[in-house]
Amino acid sequence: MTPSITLLKKLSLLLVLIFLTNIAIADTADGKKIAFDRTKGNCLACHAMDDGDMPGNIAPPLLAMKARFPDRAVLKAQIWDATVKNPISMMPPFGKHQILTEVELENLLDYLYTL
Amino acid sequence: MKSLFNILVVSLLLALSSAYATPEQDKETFQNFYTEMFPDISLEGFGDGVYALDQDARDQWEAMNDFPPYEEDLEEGEELFNTPFSNGKTYANCFENDGKNIRQNYPLFDTKQNKVITLELAINNCRESNGEELLRYKKGEIAKLSAYMTYTSKDSLINVKTPDSKEALAAYEAGKQYYYSKRGQLNFSCANCHTQNAGRRARSETLSPALGHPTHFPVYRMKWAGFGTLQRRIDSCNKQVRAQPLSGQSEDYRNLEYFLTYMSNGLPINGPASRK
Ligand code: HEC
Ligand code: HEC
Repeated sequence: MTPSITLLKKLSLLLVLIFLTNIAIADTADGKKIAFDRTKGNCLACHAMDDGDMPGNIAPPLLAMKARFPDRAVLKAQIWDATVKNPISMMPPFGKHQILTEVELENLLDYLYTL
Repeated sequence: MKSLFNILVVSLLLALSSAYATPEQDKETFQNFYTEMFPDISLEGFGDGVYALDQDARDQWEAMNDFPPYEEDLEEGEELFNTPFSNGKTYANCFENDGKNIRQNYPLFDTKQNKVITLELAINNCRESNGEELLRYKKGEIAKLSAYMTYTSKDSLINVKTPDSKEALAAYEAGKQYYYSKRGQLNFSCANCHTQNAGRRARSETLSPALGHPTHFPVYRMKWAGFGTLQRRIDSCNKQVRAQPLSGQSEDYRNLEYFLTYMSNGLPINGPASRK
């Protein structure tokens, strides 16, 4: 193996790595947008979260998500359809009523776990 | 605190869903719920909506009302009210007490037609019986006329009745059902916002208690730059939850207005009012 090829290999590995972390960062950035956007999650209507401006005070603040929701499926279920747990819940059923797509939900979850 | 509140809400929902509750008992439960939650607000104070809850907003609102934005439209309403139809008769001929000081009795249940008659429907019925074209509902002339009729009823106490008839009770129950049912893609009931979360904020919007909603309509909204009827306002809420707004004076809206106004029985008329 010539030295130039090893260098090329290393370089391309580096590129792949950069690419992957970028996707991860892009996902959580998208997730934040989805959470804040009034036409998407609009979580701020009810929850204080992150650096969100003028949040409502209808629901508990969203923080320490990793500690409080170690199981991603449990968190997803709450967002998919909150009325399963609490039939008179005010929270819209984002998955069940297709307010958010599957991809948007996953991006949102990635973002929530950064809180 | 939160769990105490949830118990309150659940007991209210249970009380209201009980098959044996009469409209009168519903009203007691409904009014007690709000007066216990907001002990500092007098019963008539609820007619001010969010401005009963938020002092900053109230100060701005009161300053604006030094020169009410609806003055001109209200005068036009009076003119329309007094202008004779082509047969020489006027609105005064269609109503009790010449149409003055009667807003507090609407909606009423007509036991001949077996339906809820709102004031706006009565206005158009009057036109029809005098051979005039019907007005479009929700805004424009009908809202101005209705605003004037509200104005002549100031301080009279809301006095909606359910006559002793199966059909009247069914209309009332249907309105109640509408109020408590979730709807729209976002899945909200009126009660989610105006009962369960009254006084809380959705983003920066304070949610008004449903008690007192009908006391001051039609309302002049800055956003509309004009008057709109109660049903037009409800349209805005239905759009917010991504539900289909209903057509003016549809059966569902009339029944809802019947229930909602019955719940405010005993509160004084204090409209027309301005809102942002
Ligand atoms: C209209 C109000 C409303 C909106 C909008 C809303 N929620 Fe909620 N949420 C609630 C309420 C109320 C609760 C409390 C539990 C219940 O009643 O379901 C809750 C509970 C939760 C919980 C679990 C409770 C906890 O301990 O944190 C999570 C997680 C959550 N919401 C996430 C979200 C996310 C993410 C969004 C946006 C995509 C969102 N919510 C939008 C009202 C709302
Ligand atoms: C997602 C929350 C939400 C839902 C659901 C909702 N509203 Fe509203 N409503 C609001 C907000 C916000 C306002 C403006 C602030 C205020 O007056 O409460 C408002 C205002 C009103 C007003 C005007 C109050 C005034 O004093 O001018 C009426 C009447 C009203 N709503 C009735 C209804 C009815 C009836 C329903 C159900 C068909 C409904 N709302 C559903 C949020 C909601």
